[in-house]
Amino acid sequence: MRGIVKRFPGVLANDRVDFEAAAGEVHALLGENGAGKSTLSNILTGLYRPDAGEIFIDGEPVQFQSPRDALDARIFMVHQHFRLVEPFTVAENVVLGDHRGEGRTFRLRHRAIEQRVAELSKRYGLAVDPRARVWQLSLGEQQRVEILKALYREARILILDEPTAVLTPQEADVLFETLREMAAEGRTVVFISHKLHEVKAVADRVTVLRGGRSIATVSAADATPRSLASLMVGRELDGGQAARARTAGEPVLELTDVWSDSDRGDSAVRGASLVVRGGEIVAVAGVAGNGQRELAETVAGMRRATRGEILVSGKAIRAGDPRSAIAAGVAYVPEDRLGAGVAPSLSIASNLALKGYRERGSSHGPLLRLGRIRERAVELIHRYGIAASGPGAPARLLSGGNLQKVVLAREFSGKPRLLIAASPTRGLDVGAIETVHAYLREAAADGVGVLLISEDLDEILLLADRVAVMYEGVIVGETSREQADVEEIGLLMAGGQDPRAD
Amino acid sequence: MRIERRLRQPRWLMFAVPAGSLVFAFFATGLVLYATGHDAISSYRQIVDAAFLNSGALGQTLTQATPLGFTGLAAAAAFRMRLFNIGAEGQLFMGAITADAAGLYFGGAGWPTPLVIFAMVVAGCAGGAAWALIPGALRAFFKTNEIITSLMLNYVAAYVLTYLVFNTESYWRQTTGFNASVFPTSKTIPNAAIWPGWHIFPLGSGIAVLVAFLLWFLFTRTRFGFEAQVLGDSPRAAQYAGMRTRRKILAVMGISGAVAGLGGASQVGDFAHMLDADPNGLQKQFYGYTGIVVAALARYNPLAVVIVAFLIGALQNAGNTLQGADFPSGLVGVMQGIILFSALGGELLVRYRVRLGRAMPATEAA
Repeated sequence: MRGIVKRFPGVLANDRVDFEAAAGEVHALLGENGAGKSTLSNILTGLYRPDAGEIFIDGEPVQFQSPRDALDARIFMVHQHFRLVEPFTVAENVVLGDHRGEGRTFRLRHRAIEQRVAELSKRYGLAVDPRARVWQLSLGEQQRVEILKALYREARILILDEPTAVLTPQEADVLFETLREMAAEGRTVVFISHKLHEVKAVADRVTVLRGGRSIATVSAADATPRSLASLMVGRELDGGQAARARTAGEPVLELTDVWSDSDRGDSAVRGASLVVRGGEIVAVAGVAGNGQRELAETVAGMRRATRGEILVSGKAIRAGDPRSAIAAGVAYVPEDRLGAGVAPSLSIASNLALKGYRERGSSHGPLLRLGRIRERAVELIHRYGIAASGPGAPARLLSGGNLQKVVLAREFSGKPRLLIAASPTRGLDVGAIETVHAYLREAAADGVGVLLISEDLDEILLLADRVAVMYEGVIVGETSREQADVEEIGLLMAGGQDPRAD
Repeated sequence: MRIERRLRQPRWLMFAVPAGSLVFAFFATGLVLYATGHDAISSYRQIVDAAFLNSGALGQTLTQATPLGFTGLAAAAAFRMRLFNIGAEGQLFMGAITADAAGLYFGGAGWPTPLVIFAMVVAGCAGGAAWALIPGALRAFFKTNEIITSLMLNYVAAYVLTYLVFNTESYWRQTTGFNASVFPTSKTIPNAAIWPGWHIFPLGSGIAVLVAFLLWFLFTRTRFGFEAQVLGDSPRAAQYAGMRTRRKILAVMGISGAVAGLGGASQVGDFAHMLDADPNGLQKQFYGYTGIVVAALARYNPLAVVIVAFLIGALQNAGNTLQGADFPSGLVGVMQGIILFSALGGELLVRYRVRLGRAMPATEAA
């Protein structure tokens, strides 16, 4: 791929990106969130068309008009969110959309397909029952189905978008083996990640993207995590910020043995105990799906705690009642901005008033004071530098970064005691990430207790005063930033043993 | 050719597109007329005459438009919150039943007219609201799909209506006199319960306009309306903001049903002066369903509902008057359908923009 450019409204997602991967190698695409990795791979798979640039497959220039063209060129992608039909069986999902061979016949010959799928899964160590229905499978198994789809279609180029996010460390190791095997057969595997150790573990070469540009391509063997990190971030990582003057005050959040269920009904948070004091930032680190999201929702009142006690500034909040949490001074920046944080079709002004509309400044008895709401919106848009055509524009037209600013502006203006920020920088560009970080620090400096939920260790080490690690719903370790050690935290996140125990 | 999402929706489009859709609908209907061997111009002429200009035509149009106003407002109120209350039809029947009972009872008890009317209004609202709260409660507490439950209850309400007059000697049924012994019929309400009109305007039309303003105020200027808007757009966001979801669903369904029930009260007080239980009477008007079309064309804006109800009422009135050998009865239905399609198609133009020409291939741009 040469000189790829892709613009989105307000964002230059890919800026003259060059990328080259050879047959028979595992090539990692490394970059922070918003560096342009996903855009680049979506271009390669025909989902987006580039605004400029060329794509060559085996030296031949190609133009993909649709994802089908890319599939015909035997390029296959495993997305972060799987593209599977849940009520169908594994075998049915594998042939779905395949317009060659078995997939083309009107009547599905289940037996033959299942046999073929079973063969492939055996050969590549992708254990999964071809007759199982997809909704019955774990996320790791579903991922194997996606890879089987690619193998079934004889993919030459396989792209995996952050495949380890849903895996346990053991599953990840098995995946790496499979990928190496596929590469050994002469296929090209493109491995998208922002995790340094994985890249080191699996890749032959690494291309680093930053801010939509390709920065460098290096051999994985020669690179160190530190050198990769500095390429990715664009500066040497210093060991940590200059220590802020810490004024850890009274506890604003006390969790005692809190349990709550996931959407599927199994225990997601299993006996979490944690204290956050005013003026400090406490991070909860963990691989996605280990109960951090549920923990955040439970504290914010959006999820019912099945057991345990949640005290905010010493007072218990009613389980599963967001209004009681809001009244107690809990602000919440949800992970799912568009889904929960804003009402997308409503105006920016309405979204900024989403929580404050009950207060005296915004309403008068049952009546809204629309003038005041608008004035406040104009003021907040200005103060937080939200790039919008005006307070009346619908929130869904905002970019991710500006949307996050709307959420932050609203949550901060509620004068909270406790701020829960769940993956507050996911999907944001570098500039927006720094803004968000600055606001979080500012909140802490104002005496707000900040509970930061993040998967990004660099972010955590940059911001947090204390780090708690969550694994399978349990807080498995807690250290102060001064004593924090990346490897130790990484080990805890991966469910490894506490090194202090041996 | 490709279709892109508009990043900004220019204000003029909000008016130009509906107007353009209407013009397009008239052309398309003209084609249908032409294809079926009619002179389009003279057909339109006839429609305008029959709807507005002939003597008594405007009054008839208002008779058609008034119930459509109520059912249109009922649908708009619920649909705004994405509560799909398809049950205005049944809620209107229920409102008619309760309002008729109130009219018979209090009118017969010798109350003065204003008080009887007030009692009928309250009874109509209560009847419609109670009927709407059945799907409302099922939705709020059991997450049942309100489209199906409210739709099914329409049939139940229709059968209740017929039953009360045709199959049982109920309070509503006329049991004395010669006519009643020949064919089952309902009691006529006393004079004190008959709603007075003002020139050609039935009292109900005034009430409908008043309700439209109240709803508009409720949805745009109050905390209640704000919460309903958020809930309609994103239930997760509403929960996140600490809004009480269940209460709101019940309240909005209740309001929607009450407005439809008010339409039933107006049917009794303004027009029928009895309970029209004939399966070929009120039940064949389909005011509840047409009200959904009215609400959709008005984009769920209560004030626009008033105007749209008047226009659709005019069209239906013309259709009723003109149907005969040289004016097929289905034509008005066809027109309504074409208008609805053009209006909804026009929506696409407000949200998206159509660009002609192929997308530039990537290599040319390089």
